[in-house]
Amino acid sequence: MLDAIQRHLIEEIADLHTVPEGAYNIRANGKLDSRRTTANIDIISKTDKSGIDIRIKDGTKKESVHIPVVLSESGLKETVYNDFYIGEDCDVVIVAGCGIDNCGVHDSEHDGVHRFFIGKNSRVKYVEKHYGQGDGTGKRILNPVTEAYLEEGAHAEFEMVQIKGVDSTVRTNIAKLAAGASFVVHEALMTHGQQTAKSVYTVDLDGEDSSADVVSRSVARDDSVQEFEACLVGNTLCKGHAECDAIIMDRAKVTSVPKLEANSVDAALIHEAAIGKIAGDQLIKLMTLGLSEEQAEEQIISGFLR
Amino acid sequence: MLELQHVSYEVEEDGEKKQILKDINLTIEDGTFLVVTGPNGGGKSSLAKVIMGVNKASGGKILLDGEDITDLGITERAAKGISFAFQTPVTFKGIRVVDLLRMACGKQISIMQACDYLSQVGLCAKDYIEREVNGSLSGGELKRIEIATVLARGTKLSLFDEPEAGIDIWSFQNLIRVFETVRENVSGSVMIISHQERILSIADKIAVIEDGCVSRFGTRDEVLPKLLGTASAVNAACSKLD
Repeated sequence: MLDAIQRHLIEEIADLHTVPEGAYNIRANGKLDSRRTTANIDIISKTDKSGIDIRIKDGTKKESVHIPVVLSESGLKETVYNDFYIGEDCDVVIVAGCGIDNCGVHDSEHDGVHRFFIGKNSRVKYVEKHYGQGDGTGKRILNPVTEAYLEEGAHAEFEMVQIKGVDSTVRTNIAKLAAGASFVVHEALMTHGQQTAKSVYTVDLDGEDSSADVVSRSVARDDSVQEFEACLVGNTLCKGHAECDAIIMDRAKVTSVPKLEANSVDAALIHEAAIGKIAGDQLIKLMTLGLSEEQAEEQIISGFLR
Repeated sequence: MLELQHVSYEVEEDGEKKQILKDINLTIEDGTFLVVTGPNGGGKSSLAKVIMGVNKASGGKILLDGEDITDLGITERAAKGISFAFQTPVTFKGIRVVDLLRMACGKQISIMQACDYLSQVGLCAKDYIEREVNGSLSGGELKRIEIATVLARGTKLSLFDEPEAGIDIWSFQNLIRVFETVRENVSGSVMIISHQERILSIADKIAVIEDGCVSRFGTRDEVLPKLLGTASAVNAACSKLD
């Protein structure tokens, strides 16, 4: 059974107030807390290493899988390997995420390695939220790795959110797309204090008419440091778009490294990047609506990270 | 009622002080529809910004219903009942039209209520309510959303800075209708900065600002006939060609 802190973490990362509908696997402090499978979605523990295999049958539609992880013990470090095998013609939602509460002096770390094998013409929406809390001096560290392999006509939409409380994160994301596959990423990131965050994307557009749209919106506050690297590789007739927008505040530092690699004359690749502070006229406009400067700032940031 | 007493505003340019507004004395009575006009660069926009608190007056006093608001900031003046539609509407990433209208109302209004404000400015509400207030909207659309936020606030004094500037003719025709509606329904006072004869023709009062001063102020019937054929009218005509 989850305790109050763990339940709060689950609420933050998965918007779950009760046991989720459909399949789920809840991991707490390095151990399985509870699991449910359905007729179409099976969850099996790996035997050679820590982690699970999630197997979704062909034609599974309108089903969801929740696999939240919570850490509330200080000093716990783990690497977990989760593999998703999604059949053909599926339409599913997968909600992952990790919440860390560290009240102790030791660093807590969860490194989740997620691999997605998405079958032909399947649609997957993947939501990953990361959250940290606790007033201990021990760091909260999350280093997620995401790999997505999309077969012909598959569509994947990844929503990655890290808004609060994670001291150090390196996010590594790889995707490989077959013909007609499409991949959409929406990343929202906020760092504060002394936090550091690095996000690296490499998308290989291997199949004809494949497309990728990687959009990152981030806010860097206080003394935090962020780095965003997006590499789109166009190997054939394809379309790729990467966008990195950052709001920089206080004494923060933000680096954006765009990289486009076209290995075919038919590859159309675009990168956009913008880093800047909150525009003064945006603050003034919202203040003329009656908001204080602080409220205006919060509204601008929360809209930006939506 | 808004009273400006000996209001001045100066800025520093290349180390030299430049007077933008000089000894402005102006009263906007409750329920008045005032149109402020005059040549470009005469100080009209600066005047509106000084009233809203975006620009800080260098001298003089601003009184709202007898209360001295000269030293208050933008937020406090907004709370006391002043709203402002910018000449160039501000765009945002991620903030939707409905969010802006909710902020304007200062409460969680329903989608239906938000749609009402958009309909008032002639926008088909369902097409716009969820859209982001960003560069994907046209100048005319942004302008009307800007006006809708001021309508949504429903304050006792509403300032509009050249609502017709930068919009196409089709939008302009609609905009005039919006102001005719505002004219009929408004409970507080309205100050519009405009060069447009059709907006001037629905004014109760007209003030002409030239070279940082109020060169004329009076009822429409007193001021408008004299304006035709003057430098400011020529300037207004030229600005339409820009």
